Amino acid sequence: MDEIPYTVKPHPLSGLYSGKLGIWLFLASEVMLFGALFSSYILLRVGSDSWPVGSELLNIPLAMLNTFILIISSVTVVLGWASLKLGEHGKAKMYLWVTVLLAFGFLIVKGFEYGAKFSHHISPATNNFYATYFTMTGLHGLHIVGGIAVFVYLLTSGSKLLEENPEHYTNRIECAGLYWHFVDLVWIFLFPALYLL
Amino acid sequence: MSVAHETHDDHGHHVELPFWRKYVFSTDHKVIGIQYAVTALFFLLFGFTLMMMMRWQLAYPGQPMPLIGTFFSEANMPGGIMVPEFYNQLGAMHGTIMVFLGVVPLAVGGFGNYVLPLQVGAPDMSFPKLNMASYWVFLPGGLIMLASFYAEGGAAQSGWTSYSPLSNTAPAGQTWWLIGMIFLITSSLLGSVNFIVTTIQLRVEGLSFFRLPFFTWAQFVTAFLLLLAFPPLEAAGVMQLMDRVAGSSFFLPSGLVISGQLLDVAGGGNPLLWQHLFWFLAHPEVYVLILPALGIVSEIITVNSRRPLWGYRTLVYSIISLGFLSFIVWAHHMFMTGMGTAMSNFFQTTTMIISIPSVIILTALALSLNGGSIRFPTSMLFALAFIPMFAIGGLTGLPLGLTAADLHLHDTYYVIAHFHYVVAPGTVFALLAGVYHWYPKVTGRKMNEALGKLHFWISLIGINVVFMPMFFVGMAGVSRRLYDQTQYAYGAQVQGLTAMSSWGAWFLGAAQIFFIINFFWSRKNGEKVESDNPWNATTLEWATPTPPPHGNFPEVPKVYRGPYEYSVPGAKSDFSPQHVEEG
Amino acid sequence: MAETAEEIREHSKVYIKILIALLALTLLTVAVSYQDFGSVYASVFVGLLIATIKGSLVACYFMHLIDEQKIIYWVLGIAVFFFTVLMAVPYLTDSNSVFNR
Repeated sequence: MDEIPYTVKPHPLSGLYSGKLGIWLFLASEVMLFGALFSSYILLRVGSDSWPVGSELLNIPLAMLNTFILIISSVTVVLGWASLKLGEHGKAKMYLWVTVLLAFGFLIVKGFEYGAKFSHHISPATNNFYATYFTMTGLHGLHIVGGIAVFVYLLTSGSKLLEENPEHYTNRIECAGLYWHFVDLVWIFLFPALYLL
Repeated sequence: MSVAHETHDDHGHHVELPFWRKYVFSTDHKVIGIQYAVTALFFLLFGFTLMMMMRWQLAYPGQPMPLIGTFFSEANMPGGIMVPEFYNQLGAMHGTIMVFLGVVPLAVGGFGNYVLPLQVGAPDMSFPKLNMASYWVFLPGGLIMLASFYAEGGAAQSGWTSYSPLSNTAPAGQTWWLIGMIFLITSSLLGSVNFIVTTIQLRVEGLSFFRLPFFTWAQFVTAFLLLLAFPPLEAAGVMQLMDRVAGSSFFLPSGLVISGQLLDVAGGGNPLLWQHLFWFLAHPEVYVLILPALGIVSEIITVNSRRPLWGYRTLVYSIISLGFLSFIVWAHHMFMTGMGTAMSNFFQTTTMIISIPSVIILTALALSLNGGSIRFPTSMLFALAFIPMFAIGGLTGLPLGLTAADLHLHDTYYVIAHFHYVVAPGTVFALLAGVYHWYPKVTGRKMNEALGKLHFWISLIGINVVFMPMFFVGMAGVSRRLYDQTQYAYGAQVQGLTAMSSWGAWFLGAAQIFFIINFFWSRKNGEKVESDNPWNATTLEWATPTPPPHGNFPEVPKVYRGPYEYSVPGAKSDFSPQHVEEG
Repeated sequence: MAETAEEIREHSKVYIKILIALLALTLLTVAVSYQDFGSVYASVFVGLLIATIKGSLVACYFMHLIDEQKIIYWVLGIAVFFFTVLMAVPYLTDSNSVFNR
């Protein structure tokens, strides 16, 4: 017997297929990762004599656009998963590719933001406000890149599984989606914390 | 050892994998476990060697190291005499390597990976590819750590704790340390998800949580510690990297002067932030060091005393509370940082409370021996020694947890003695016990008993000669990470004890040769085991063929009873395996 | 969770409603940031409150937490507890904080 049980069918006691439990555990660790950064932000800000006001230094319209982009991408990903559950494979792929495109859009906007700062010789070395800004949004951005990589894989070489075992594939999309929503969630807190408050 | 590697192609036919995928990039938890174990044993030896070099400088400060002193570079050991910067590198890397590349990969990556799926009756871990990934992220991390010795200015040299601002401004090796840590932390996160999901999802029918072997419980709780405690250190590592590479000042305060020069940074940072984030991981990490050991000792003691574990349920609740409490004691490493009495009282209290489950567990292990028919294979000798050794380590932690006493003892050799007692004759003894115990299952042969007993007795004596004097050296006021204690009158007075520790360390090192020889020799020449269950144990890992094939169990086992039904009155024999229906 | 096709289509409608709510709350959070509430604490509180509401909507509906298995609640509960400890303690030990004045 060498097939791993409960990869697709849910376990009778936990009620979950293994991937879902796994991704939630991973997200719990991500809560601690970003929690440490938020905690550092609080400590540094409380301990500083003068901390700049985010709204005066950062581009709020662009960040608001990015917030919209991520929220919409969260919807497209969950609609993509729902389409898979309904067997509408073509629609699902469309939603998921839109998600990827929106994710790229987010990165492009971020690129503009960073570029504007660098052209004014502003960097993490300038002061701790910018150090925090670049580090937190940078790490968040790396998570976006990771998400893009996963979705692109699932939509290209990983899409074979959709023909072989649609339920298994749908589960993988669900797990990737959960990760994606988490990335959106982090931004929902990052945006006011860095830009508005 | 031959671990049959087959996989199934699309039609369920067995397919022989090429060598590359069978033994190198394998997804089989047993191969991965062995990879972790062998790699970790090498790192343990390397870290031990670093320490043996340090001990020369400590025993004979400023003297050229005999025999091998001239092998080292002019920068590190001109004329065979160690310079302080190199001493610091050896110290920082000894700690880092032992904790992150030695003990945890062996205890968790090695034993956990190999034994846990077997004990729950599973064909493999829940996510075999993720498991493979975790090893192949661990190995580069370890190699980066080793390579850092060749960085400009040398390896990390600010302690394994890498406190800012010293670490911020240290030479290039520190950057390598940070990058290496990011690899290691990632590897650990991938592994811990696997352990938790496997334990929850893949237990066979009849194997409820309260029928799990204590070893599995220990690994399960440990995985939660790794999952939730490591990320803050990863965040801190990223921030220190930003400070070092991108010029930020997360941990650099304003107005910092180094060597008479004002540091040209924005400032406004907080060195204590690093300490909080580091210790938030590093305290649970020490429980990661001990919990698997408690699990291993439980297995070996029950098998070799033919008695059940005393107070199994209590032990389970204790280990869960130990795991939980380990997250809220960390600032007892920071009592000297001026946090105010309210918070230091809080941490003192939680630290005192956490000693309760530890004592319960140790007492239960000792009580498990009562009335037993005790056998003394080498594994049992190490497991028995663990109990008093860990007790010494644990008890000597109490003065450190009390703020008033910690005032005098913090950062002295007393601390070094305390934590080494728990990790060295504590955990490492338990890990060695585990090697002797499970070697027959992995290889089909027993390790040589005569060599084993020699290894044990010399190690037991040697390790106490190393660390017992350190309590007194510490109480005399000699601080940690000190290149030459004879510079101070109080240090010179106890130099004799320090030299004694060094001789103990070299003696202890020599004893390991017996183990190394035994480990390799027994693979081909050890006494072949007559059965799949040579120790007559009850847990599921002994119900497999020897060595276990791909998929582990030819037929999916069912579990009918708890894990430690030894010497049950009225039973046919003195042990009732979990998977056998008749009692 | 075995959902019928009907349920999935219903949920899809809910997703759109949540989307609208999230976009509106985003506009709200920006608008509110220009308001002066007197104290820093009040501004932070309001900002975090709105963010928490938005986050909860994403978690409960997009991530299906609203009808998830108990074990996931346990995992998240433990994580949230330690997250809170990590957020609070460094601040509480800092000599600059209100706690130590």
